[in-house]
Amino acid sequence: MKKLIALVLALALCLGMASFATAEDAKVKVGIINLDPSESGYREANVNDLHKVFTEENGYAASFVTAPTADKQLDAFNTFVNEGVDYILVSAAETTGWDEALAAAQEAGIGVFLFDRMIDCDPSLYLAAVVSDMTKEGETAVAWLESLGLEEYNILHIQGQMGSDAQIGRSTPLAEKAAADEKWTIVAEGTGGDSWSEDEARKIAEAAINEGKKFNIVYAENDGMARGVVAALDAAGITHGVNGDVKIMGFDCNKWALRLLLAGEWNYDGQCSPFQAEVIDGMIKTLQAGGQIEGLNEKNQFINEEKGFDATTITEDDVNTYGLGE
Amino acid sequence: MVKKTEGFWKRLGIGQLAIPLTAMALLFLFNLIRDPGFFEVVVNTNNSGNPVLGGNLISVINSASELAIISMGMTLVTAACGGQDISVGAVGAISASVFIKLLIGMGNINAGTLIAAALACVATAVAFMLFNGTLVSVFKIQPMIATLILYSCGRSIAYWITGSATPQVDSPIITAIGMTIPGIPVPTPVFMVILVGLILAVIFKRTNTTLYTQSVGINERAARLNGISPVAVKMLTFGLLGMCVAVASIIATCRMSQVSHKTILVDIEMDAILAVAIGGNSLGGGKFRMSGSILGAYIITMLTVTLLAMGINSVNIKAYKAVVIIIIVAAGSPAIKRWIAAWKRRKSAGEKDAAVKGGAAS
Repeated sequence: MKKLIALVLALALCLGMASFATAEDAKVKVGIINLDPSESGYREANVNDLHKVFTEENGYAASFVTAPTADKQLDAFNTFVNEGVDYILVSAAETTGWDEALAAAQEAGIGVFLFDRMIDCDPSLYLAAVVSDMTKEGETAVAWLESLGLEEYNILHIQGQMGSDAQIGRSTPLAEKAAADEKWTIVAEGTGGDSWSEDEARKIAEAAINEGKKFNIVYAENDGMARGVVAALDAAGITHGVNGDVKIMGFDCNKWALRLLLAGEWNYDGQCSPFQAEVIDGMIKTLQAGGQIEGLNEKNQFINEEKGFDATTITEDDVNTYGLGE
Repeated sequence: MVKKTEGFWKRLGIGQLAIPLTAMALLFLFNLIRDPGFFEVVVNTNNSGNPVLGGNLISVINSASELAIISMGMTLVTAACGGQDISVGAVGAISASVFIKLLIGMGNINAGTLIAAALACVATAVAFMLFNGTLVSVFKIQPMIATLILYSCGRSIAYWITGSATPQVDSPIITAIGMTIPGIPVPTPVFMVILVGLILAVIFKRTNTTLYTQSVGINERAARLNGISPVAVKMLTFGLLGMCVAVASIIATCRMSQVSHKTILVDIEMDAILAVAIGGNSLGGGKFRMSGSILGAYIITMLTVTLLAMGINSVNIKAYKAVVIIIIVAAGSPAIKRWIAAWKRRKSAGEKDAAVKGGAAS
């Protein structure tokens, strides 16, 4: 069955390429390798964004592959190299094991862009990596918190999967600030576990409330866990949001979370932008026009610009533009 | 002496519950010494302006609801099949997805649409569980292997049903099920546990189902020769587990007013199997006491809430929990029971010797 599908796809590709070769030579051929959209709301938005930008109208002949594992991604990568596409875009499932494939692409004169996930290799093997800086997300959030100028900061801190990039990046700036400034105290801390569980977050908040711990800030490292905490606050009759006693902070900018921000139920949501397609599109257009990619750091990285939304300034437009999912 | 002790527990009708009851009592005692404030129950006014009970004890009986309900079903499957279903969390994600998808699809949420969605949710969970049941009873695949299939792909099916990462509903009816009904300060999930418990009690206390289940679990061949169909009995237990899973998934959905296919009822299969074991039930099937598993569920939750109340970071809670659970399960293990029995025999023999010697001396 799989072979049959592969055959049909290969045939379709041949036909497609034949037609491009004759009529649409001008189109830039790109192969895009991503992770499975069911992984998260983030990935879903990421895949949709790429589909939205790399279209025929925009001058591309793009093939999309989504695969959850590195070996399937490598297969797809090698296929693209053999086909002789112009550019390959990769969000790698694993950080290692890519050197050979990347070298082969370079030899064939194919430009490689990394997006969202880094690969452990010589930076010269790819043109650019468009990624998020998780620590910057944490710093932005802490800076926002500081700008409120509160008398004291008593924080309920809900962490994500311990050891994950997102957790470390979002926890560290807060921990550093709390250690340096005596007005800042973390009154209770807990993790939602490997699945960033809403219900775990609810239990941690419930325990803190039962123990009579007083906090005026909830710093939850994703939207789901912030929601869990809010459920516990609602049950205990603790008000939250713009006109409430407790400030609610989340991350990821799901559309539903931004709506809660707009309604004043929450206070802050930090973005982890899944929108790298336009940046890469711009870079490819520059290269095609004979220019050079600018604004990269020593590791050939382009750090994606990320926002933090405040409930008092967020607009309906922001919700629709930056919100993930439905 | 030995006989007297055994008789004491038996007369109280406790038997296998001795260890879980002791564990529960110790947890209570520990908290009483640590901080009597742990048992404080307060009446809060929630953000909708209705009275709600609060406090650690309420947290325990509220948070344990999903686990208690699934443990009941898990006890039955364990008793009849001599193995456990590890797909309960994943099947719960599927049935929750059906539930929320229908609620969203039908538009306005009222009693009618809610009952329709709930029935569909139960039907879905029962259907998936009967699939497991068929593999186990007809194809004689070991339960853990049979249910591994849905364990690994269930959450992907859930995602496929919902079509987006976290579908949400916003309705006072949903909040009433997941939190509290306005005017009734006791959390609604507690009533759901009682409801499921009553349904199962009627089935198992009023009919011969207990006998059938145990006989299939103890000796399948003998049961068949006596006219009991092992296939039918196993299918029944899986069907009832499906019902339990559906109810638990409805509670979990309503708590958060959303379904996240990756986090809903996550890891609950492990806790449910543990609850069955802590309740003194043999994981190899046969005789069972559902009250033991329910007690086990509350012990596990009480332990978690106690550790959280002590301010232990939840990163470390699993480790602490593991230590306590090893002690409870080991205390109920046949090896320890044999050692205790042997020790008692030696002690009473020693006393007899002493008595004989004492008698001779006087």
